[in-house]
Amino acid sequence: MSDIIRRDPRSEWIARNRLHPLHASLQALGASWVGPSGLIRKNPHAVAFVGPNGLKRIDRSGAQQGGGGKRASISAAAQLPLHIIEQPSFHIVVVPDMVGGRLSSHDKDLLGLASMLAGSEGAVVAVVFGEHKESAFDTAGVDRLLHIQGEAFVGYTPEQRIMALRAVDDQLAPRHWLFPDSRTGGGELGRRLAAKLGERPATRVWQVADGQCIGRAGAGQQDLARRAPRLILAAAECADPVGETRHEVRAIELEGTLAHSLTRIDNLGAVAVDPALTPMAEAEFILSGGNGVRDWELFHQAAEVLGATEGASRVAVDDGFMPRDRQVGATGTWVTARVYLAVGISGAVQHLQGIATCDKVVAINKDPGCDMVKRADLAVIGDSTAILQALIERVSEYRQGDLRDVA
Amino acid sequence: MSHDPLNVITLVSVGAHPVTGRARRAEQDARAVDLGLSLAGKELHLLHAGDPQAEALRAYLGMGLAEMTVLQQPPQADVLPALGNYLRHAGAQLVLTGSQAETGEGSGMLPYLLAEQLDWPLIVGLAEVESVTGGVAQVLQALPRGQRRRLQVRLPFVASVDNAAPEARQSAFGPARRGQLQQQEVAVVEDALLEEAQLQPARPRPKRLKVIKAKTGAERMKAATAKASAGGQVLTDMTPEQGAEAIFALLRGEDVLR
Ligand SMILES: Cc1cc2nc3c(=O)[nH]c(=O)nc-3n(C[C@H](O)[C@H](O)[C@H](O)COP(=O)(O)OP(=O)(O)OC[C@H]3O[C@@H](n4cnc5c(N)ncnc54)[C@H](O)[C@@H]3O)c2cc1C
Repeated sequence: MSDIIRRDPRSEWIARNRLHPLHASLQALGASWVGPSGLIRKNPHAVAFVGPNGLKRIDRSGAQQGGGGKRASISAAAQLPLHIIEQPSFHIVVVPDMVGGRLSSHDKDLLGLASMLAGSEGAVVAVVFGEHKESAFDTAGVDRLLHIQGEAFVGYTPEQRIMALRAVDDQLAPRHWLFPDSRTGGGELGRRLAAKLGERPATRVWQVADGQCIGRAGAGQQDLARRAPRLILAAAECADPVGETRHEVRAIELEGTLAHSLTRIDNLGAVAVDPALTPMAEAEFILSGGNGVRDWELFHQAAEVLGATEGASRVAVDDGFMPRDRQVGATGTWVTARVYLAVGISGAVQHLQGIATCDKVVAINKDPGCDMVKRADLAVIGDSTAILQALIERVSEYRQGDLRDVA
Repeated sequence: MSHDPLNVITLVSVGAHPVTGRARRAEQDARAVDLGLSLAGKELHLLHAGDPQAEALRAYLGMGLAEMTVLQQPPQADVLPALGNYLRHAGAQLVLTGSQAETGEGSGMLPYLLAEQLDWPLIVGLAEVESVTGGVAQVLQALPRGQRRRLQVRLPFVASVDNAAPEARQSAFGPARRGQLQQQEVAVVEDALLEEAQLQPARPRPKRLKVIKAKTGAERMKAATAKASAGGQVLTDMTPEQGAEAIFALLRGEDVLR
């Protein structure tokens, strides 16, 4: 690129006009920014700008207007300040669930609670077992990461994990242990550790403030308020997740080797359950059909091959292709699937309400402009019958390949 | 698969109706009793620590049992030592519990502490006992989203039952009246927790609002006017095979194809 400074009157005009749609993208890099160490740096030369009549102007209102002379490329996303704890005076240990290898929103709330408890003196330690796919520990608020790997921690291994957590307890003597009080592992692990350490935990906690914590008691009709104990099993949304800082994620190791105990519980693996029998509200993977499904035989076959629970839109139900209890949406079931595959569904608001909490939505539809395609993470435009057919073939091929590998 | 009748003890408690708060049989405990009945039949042994006069306990007897043992305890007592002492000498091979009480603290710690005290293994969320051979039981554990996991565990063990276990049978009035509550006097240990903690009516939790973290007016404007979801990848003009391949890749990545 040449270094000749050329003025671009149009972009200068856009940069001055706050109502222009491109205004935001043309704001020059500010006169101050956050340096790598977290300090605010200032460029004294960038304070002024060249006004429309060619004179240098200084805007003291703080919101600087006008282009910076050169067309600046759009800056990268702002870096959050880095929070560094060199010598923590205490530790707060969090054991996230890591459903699917990633921090769940429950885990992030818990890390938010942990960094609140840690303040500026303590360090938040996350203990993660086995492989993970998470890349955003830093913005979730993890100061130290204790990654415990090995054969012994693969799958469901509560006894080994408790052994490891006891070693962590000896090594760090954490001020607080935090577990998500969930059915996906944290609730069980936390209670097992509490029984092992002989600590009385606070469970289903939804608020921690000033050394006091409040948790649900009994069947949810009462709250129990008490001094915050060392072991806390917290409910979802117990605190706001970390949002303003980046953390170091410095790796730490477990000192000494873990003695391998004889296990009394052997895991024989997951059992194949019939997806048609899982309640739709709980199903993990739903194949849902609407008015755009032409061949219902094929649809049922696809559900079987994919191992998905079947769902339907209201039109499919009203037309008699699917039973009433399969209807998804405002007047049907509100589903929580991780993956929702919508075939020939236009995405009426009443239907979209029912899938609001689904993680990944895949749409197969003829119409690229319909609302379901806008909602979807992946949309394939085409005829439903042909695509379902191809999908069945692709998946059966994969299944057979799997069988050959095993044999 | 059939198996010899096991020596099973189910621990039961007094529940509370979710709306009226009236005393009733606890939902999960009733499921544990049902599971116990399917394993041990009429030989199932019921155990409760608390007030032997509680009428709600009879609902468990109405499920088809003639008697139940009640270890007499005042309302504020820690029932764990009493239960542990009793179970240590009861010769049970399997102790079933609910996973959370409907009254009191309801921390769900009892099965864990009991297993720790007895030094027995603990199965959380038992759904079914498949077989028992040579002192080893093969069981199914209920996982979230209707999934099941097969586990093998040595007898004796403690197992907690949650709402994923089969629905409990109804309680019949006549047998419930006729059943016997056998009370036993045991030592009482006060629970220290309730001295420092207080129970209060549950406060509704505030709903979390969508927080917009914008520093400039332009960002705020963008956040307010932008469509809720930016939308994902849209694949147009491709053969069905290519489309199927893209969907397949996503399903593999999310690990939902089993
Ligand atoms: C009070 C009220 C409550 C309601 N509650 C619900 C509810 O709970 N759940 C619910 O689902 N609906 C509900 N509805 C109905 C809702 O408004 C819609 O009418 C309905 O969801 C539309 O269903 P659909 O998407 O299957 O059909 P359509 O809107 O007809 O959409 C069909 C889609 O299939 C596509 N298509 C057509 N042919 C093909 C092909 N060959 N290959 C691929 N794609 C194709 C089209 O492009 C279109 O996008 C409610 C309505 C009211 C008034």
